[in-house]
Amino acid sequence: MLNREVVIAGAGPAGLAAAIEAAKAGAQVLVVDLNIKPGGQLFKQIHKFFGSSAHRSGIRGMDIGTQMLAEAEKYGVEIWINSAVIGLYPDKIVSIERGLENGEKELVNIQAKKVILATGASENVVRFKGWTLPGIMGAGAAQTMINVNRVKPGNKVVMLGSGNVGLIVSYQLMQAGCDVVALVEAAPKIGGYGVHASKIRRAGVPIYTSHTIIEARGTDRVTEVTIAELDSKWQPIPGTEKVLECDVVTLAAGLKPISDLVRLHDLDLTFNAVFGGWVPKHNRDMESTQSGIYVAGDTTGVEEANTALEEGRLSGVAAAEALGYLTAEQAKELKDDIWERLDGLRMGPFGEKRMFAKNDILADFPACVK
Amino acid sequence: MALDQNGVITRDELINFKQIVSDERYKKGPVAVIECIQEIPCNPCEAACAQGAIKIGMPITELPILDEDLCTGCSICIAKCPGLAIFMVDKTYSDTEALISFPYEYTPLPEKDEIVSAVSREGVVMSQAKVIKVMNPKSFDRTPVVTIAVPKEMVDDIRSMKRK
Repeated sequence: MLNREVVIAGAGPAGLAAAIEAAKAGAQVLVVDLNIKPGGQLFKQIHKFFGSSAHRSGIRGMDIGTQMLAEAEKYGVEIWINSAVIGLYPDKIVSIERGLENGEKELVNIQAKKVILATGASENVVRFKGWTLPGIMGAGAAQTMINVNRVKPGNKVVMLGSGNVGLIVSYQLMQAGCDVVALVEAAPKIGGYGVHASKIRRAGVPIYTSHTIIEARGTDRVTEVTIAELDSKWQPIPGTEKVLECDVVTLAAGLKPISDLVRLHDLDLTFNAVFGGWVPKHNRDMESTQSGIYVAGDTTGVEEANTALEEGRLSGVAAAEALGYLTAEQAKELKDDIWERLDGLRMGPFGEKRMFAKNDILADFPACVK
Repeated sequence: MALDQNGVITRDELINFKQIVSDERYKKGPVAVIECIQEIPCNPCEAACAQGAIKIGMPITELPILDEDLCTGCSICIAKCPGLAIFMVDKTYSDTEALISFPYEYTPLPEKDEIVSAVSREGVVMSQAKVIKVMNPKSFDRTPVVTIAVPKEMVDDIRSMKRK
């Protein structure tokens, strides 16, 4: 069995930030990710990030990914790609199906001292008649196609959902050369930031609030959808149907935390609607209800890359402190700074409900951990 | 309608959030026009302005306030705004035309002297317009800024050009 001081599941912004902080402090860190490239969703984010100018805002997500990988390398972080954490056993034994360079897989058990789970989130789907037709996909899939693989999913897109993902991916689909025929939103108001909505309006995309997709039609793939207006009880209003010609429908109906590993290890969960579903309980160190197992990023509640990054940092600092690489005083200084930035990111009309939700989770943490 | 209903900011919203540039300032030449009325955690515009003309302060969800007298209309903030919500307007360009500069992250880029279709906040074509300048230095990090000349009476409504 191999030994590593810190094993991190997930090489997205949270996992990488955790790895960098822990390794910077002196810990020996392994990050495991099942994708072919580390970085999580960062390399799909070709837009400039919001946030504080003191901390990488105004920089494109993909460039933050490149910076973080360089930093991880500088501090000697080991990253296994094509590899999945498939088991978590008592006393922090981590089972990994490791991808080898020749394409084979091998099973590796590692004795870790600290484990950080940063497995991210997955997209929700919306079901309507014809929703399984080819050409209908998650907005995240379309974003991977255009920004990572440089493949247009089609030419005429109908986007469902007006959160920031729906708005930003609509914009990026146009940057990739697609036309966005319409953005359809069931709620009476746009969910994401007004500035993102304004960008796609200037490009001529109509936004249909209080509307949804009733049906998608096509033989080999989707060729048209019917949308209709919704009443105050979310029911379609007869006679308001419109047919939109399209060859792609992208669904941006929110995300939910990926909690498989969390469940595997029997960590205490709590349901939080704001954060997209069941999330592991944790304290201000991002430590779960089992000592030495930390959680960070969208796994702990769906937010944004910059909050995931800060939570990752917290968990990395806390793990390094617990391993004795940082004094309580050094760790406190770092953690206070991170919490100040997190609080800043969770303010305003869009952020404060996440601040309240996070406070609920922190308040719910049991006084004594297992 | 309002910004959060259809994605189009209204004049009333801009007035309510004190983001209308005064007529006196417009008479003095080019000036930044910030259209950012939601308290989102973002402040790169503040650091972008070498004149210190944009103030956000703490917390970073505060709205940007433009000091009209300090702003020189240099346009650097346009490319630095992640929300693409800053423009530059010059109402002194000529007797009949005004300039509007906006971020434009699509390809192909227009070229100087090309005639393009100027569009409103709703994406509706308002007029034909000549491209005066296309700025795309490395420091703008792939957010080119396009300047077009438009009929003066339309400049408060025009905010971009039709995608080519």
